[in-house]
Amino acid sequence: MATQTLQSVPAELTPEQLEEAARHEAEGQAYFDRVMAEDSRIEPRDWMPAAYRKTLIRQISQHAHSEIIGMQPEANWISRAPSLKRKAILMAKVQDEAGHGLYLYSAAETLGQPRDQMMQDLMDGKAKYSSIFNYPARTWADMGAIGWMVDGAAIANQVPLCRASFGPYGRAMVRVCKEESFHQRQGFEILLELSHGTPEQKQMAQEAVNRWYAPALMMFGPPDDDSPNSKQSMAWNIKRFSNDELRNRFVGMMMEQVKVLDLTLPDKDIRFNEETKKWEHGPLDWDEFHEVLKGRGPCNAQRLERRREAHENGTWVREAAAAYARKQAEKESAA
Amino acid sequence: MSTSPATTEETGGHGDISVGVTTAGTSGDATASATRITPGNALRPEDIALAVSRGTAKPTEDVAEFALRLGDDALILAQRLGHWISRAPELEEDIALGNIALDQLGHARSFLSYAGGLNGKSEDDLAYFRSEDEFRSVELFEQPNGDFAVTIARQFVVSYYQFELYSRLTHSTDATLAGIAAKAVKEVDYHRDHSAQWVLRLALGTDESRRKMIHGFKVIWPYVDELFADDELTARLAAAGAAVEPSSLRADFDRLTGEVLAEAELEVPQVPAALGGGRRGKHSEHLGYMLAEMQVLARQHPGASW
Repeated sequence: MATQTLQSVPAELTPEQLEEAARHEAEGQAYFDRVMAEDSRIEPRDWMPAAYRKTLIRQISQHAHSEIIGMQPEANWISRAPSLKRKAILMAKVQDEAGHGLYLYSAAETLGQPRDQMMQDLMDGKAKYSSIFNYPARTWADMGAIGWMVDGAAIANQVPLCRASFGPYGRAMVRVCKEESFHQRQGFEILLELSHGTPEQKQMAQEAVNRWYAPALMMFGPPDDDSPNSKQSMAWNIKRFSNDELRNRFVGMMMEQVKVLDLTLPDKDIRFNEETKKWEHGPLDWDEFHEVLKGRGPCNAQRLERRREAHENGTWVREAAAAYARKQAEKESAA
Repeated sequence: MSTSPATTEETGGHGDISVGVTTAGTSGDATASATRITPGNALRPEDIALAVSRGTAKPTEDVAEFALRLGDDALILAQRLGHWISRAPELEEDIALGNIALDQLGHARSFLSYAGGLNGKSEDDLAYFRSEDEFRSVELFEQPNGDFAVTIARQFVVSYYQFELYSRLTHSTDATLAGIAAKAVKEVDYHRDHSAQWVLRLALGTDESRRKMIHGFKVIWPYVDELFADDELTARLAAAGAAVEPSSLRADFDRLTGEVLAEAELEVPQVPAALGGGRRGKHSEHLGYMLAEMQVLARQHPGASW
């Protein structure tokens, strides 16, 4: 964690050393400010303000946790996928999500936070993940709705993050977004197939869209007048558009696509505002959002327990791998 | 799609992948990873289904029955392995086991698409609308995942068996079987490497992991013999050059698994072999539950497309 030692000033320094450290900080800050002004990139070894580092660790690790917890509602349908082709696609998709979690944990690790610690924070309930994954995937059509709406909202959120000022995060997002757009298309295709299938299949699709609509819109975070961290993140070129801006844009995209699906969105207040040239949607239940965020969603306990269970059941395996690697290294150095 | 769907892709130029296990991957193409095959070159299940529907590829009755056996083996294993995704000991293993499950599912789809060509059935007709006693998989594949060591023991046996089988099937007189095997053998080679590495890690890691690895092999080994049992069908196919007698794979299987087990300081478990009967539709108690879960949605909507 060499980058962090650059920032903390150890005790008992000589006045000269203190002065040197202060100069180093001032130079670092000047460089950082210039990078922000030029809308360029900060890399892991560059000086950065402690709050910037902390914000990024929080955001990137939350994002990673969302990928890992987000595997669960979809993994729930791997064994029951109704065709072998769909089973293969779903397996590949959930596997991609594990991959996204890995890139993101790695990006956060470049900021000095070890993956084990992030995992522990998740299992201890200290770290957050996207609330949407605390809702259950009840039917096969949820695989379509999750792909189309949840991954769709994620893409709307993440495409601007490809330009995030922290290099490793922006680069991870480029790859993640490519795969996410694939995921969204497969979700759309599932719904399209269902909505043009039997009446039962179409009903299944409509009910899934109804259930996931509001939670998907709430993925963009609280309304702008209730989003305390947004302003600083925008100043740091991490966030590029406000929550409401992204949400409205997403509603507009869904309005077009839902027509092709021959389904409806469960919101009679959606309209295009001719004055602002923006899409608007009906009221959302933010009380429910905050309740789920606090842990009182339908599946919060289940999701975390499943993660803990996998982690604990795997402890002896990880210990074995570490012990074996150590023994091999000893053998090699003895040889 | 030509009349000969056998496409042996070139896998050179990928560079050397250090396998880290001296005894694994000693034959075959160790540099071919399941994830490194260009989709454009690979023989896909859809290609086989198309060839079958156009009549450019059609299995004999014997070959169809044989393809059904191998397809069921791979399908049932994929169904088992899929359960690990989101439950593995490390994220890397969620991905690795998911990859192996996907490879197996791909092989299953190819074999079943071909088998269905005999009388106009699709892969999904065969996977979702047959009952327990119509499945032709051997009992090893339906054995429960158990803990990670049991899963690894099962995968180790399966991979070494499938590698020997598919290697030989690349020379099958049936071009489609040879084509499926040519693709599958490269992927299975990588599964061998994965499971052999874990056998070593678990057997030589900690006391606890060693105990569990020994237990895993003990649980799995009763189902090994059934893999190598010959019958009238395999005798006819071997005579025709379309396949080989399973017993002819045994010596190489024993030698190669023996090398890994020796390096892992393990012995072949001395346990009685189970009677078996999967090839004749006589399964263990596990398969019924697996099929109930796998088939439930498809059977609620017969005739629907997904």
